Amino acid sequence: MKSAELSHGAERRTVSRAPSRAPTQPYMNPYLAGVGIGSVLLLAFVVMGRGLGASGGFSVAVAAGMSAIAPEHAANSSPYAGYLVDGAAQPLRDWIVIELIGVMLGGFISAVAAGRFRRAIDRGPRATDRSRLIYAFSGGAVMGLGAKFARGCTSGQALTGGAMLSLGSWLFIIAAFAAGYAAAPLFRKQWT
Amino acid sequence: MNTPLFEYGFLSHNAGLIAALVIGLGFGFFLERGGLGNATKLAGQFYLKDLTVLKVLFTAILTAMLGLYWLGRFGVVDLTRVYQLPTFVLPQLAGGLIFGVGFVMGGLCPGTSCVSMSSGRMDGLALVGGMLFGVLVFNEIFPVVSIFYNSTAIGEVTIPQLIGVPHGLAVFAIVIAALGSFVLAERLERSPR
Repeated sequence: MKSAELSHGAERRTVSRAPSRAPTQPYMNPYLAGVGIGSVLLLAFVVMGRGLGASGGFSVAVAAGMSAIAPEHAANSSPYAGYLVDGAAQPLRDWIVIELIGVMLGGFISAVAAGRFRRAIDRGPRATDRSRLIYAFSGGAVMGLGAKFARGCTSGQALTGGAMLSLGSWLFIIAAFAAGYAAAPLFRKQWT
Repeated sequence: MNTPLFEYGFLSHNAGLIAALVIGLGFGFFLERGGLGNATKLAGQFYLKDLTVLKVLFTAILTAMLGLYWLGRFGVVDLTRVYQLPTFVLPQLAGGLIFGVGFVMGGLCPGTSCVSMSSGRMDGLALVGGMLFGVLVFNEIFPVVSIFYNSTAIGEVTIPQLIGVPHGLAVFAIVIAALGSFVLAERLERSPR
């Protein structure tokens, strides 16, 4: 009885939604998507001898930006200079940038193919567009700091190091989820 | 024993960059397919409403971990040539704690923010901007935090090495733990709220 009511409610919501231009496909089964990502990660191990990454690409972008604005400061400061070496000498620096461009393209292709590409702001029902953008920027800044201290993010540490059973990566996974759940009540209004 | 291909010199610099593009394409594609370009879906993880993050992350870890383990056992991949991340205990714990707060605040992680942005979402773009700003702040305060950043360096330690069990046993234990978490996740999602 209860489940019948629930499915009826879900049906009504679907009908009342404004018609979109392109038919939107439902998301892939999460376990299947996980197998897909895991297979890509395995391919990276076999082909390149290293895994996936995301925050490293941001580090390269910031170093390149600083080098363009204040080349002396960038050359004399190790967190920038480390990412400004010659590409031929340090091929993995170029590798992570190209990989991250690939991530954006892959996401774009999938979104367009599924009818999900649209200019929008994903936010909780009680959040405003403005608050969502402020929290997104702030959260990004906090994550940027955290990823630098941890030497990687959900891609480079959690996924890659997790699959390689790296101790530091598993410490990162546990700490990140623990902090996320602990801080969740503070941001409840943004998401629920 | 002649993979990783790049490590054994079978790939030129440019071929490596093409591989990077293909691997990135696949990663971004499956992230978007699984719904991980959507911040509300990711944030649902922290309110136990939508456990997609846990399911995708742990299935991906299991797939790559088991694949690498068996390819290593059959001698296809030379595991000594796969880059093992070094562990820095305190910076990685602290970094994880900071990262987790930012994750629930922003609803996307660095990789998924790129997918969100490239599927047209303005919040994804804002988060990408925030990430760049956070990295800039870290770089500028680096002289102050560099001692902490380089502290408690214990090298390339893995979980089986730490507790002194065979690699295969640790792999098995993680498979069991992940399967348990999937059962729990399905129950939590189905439970009425």
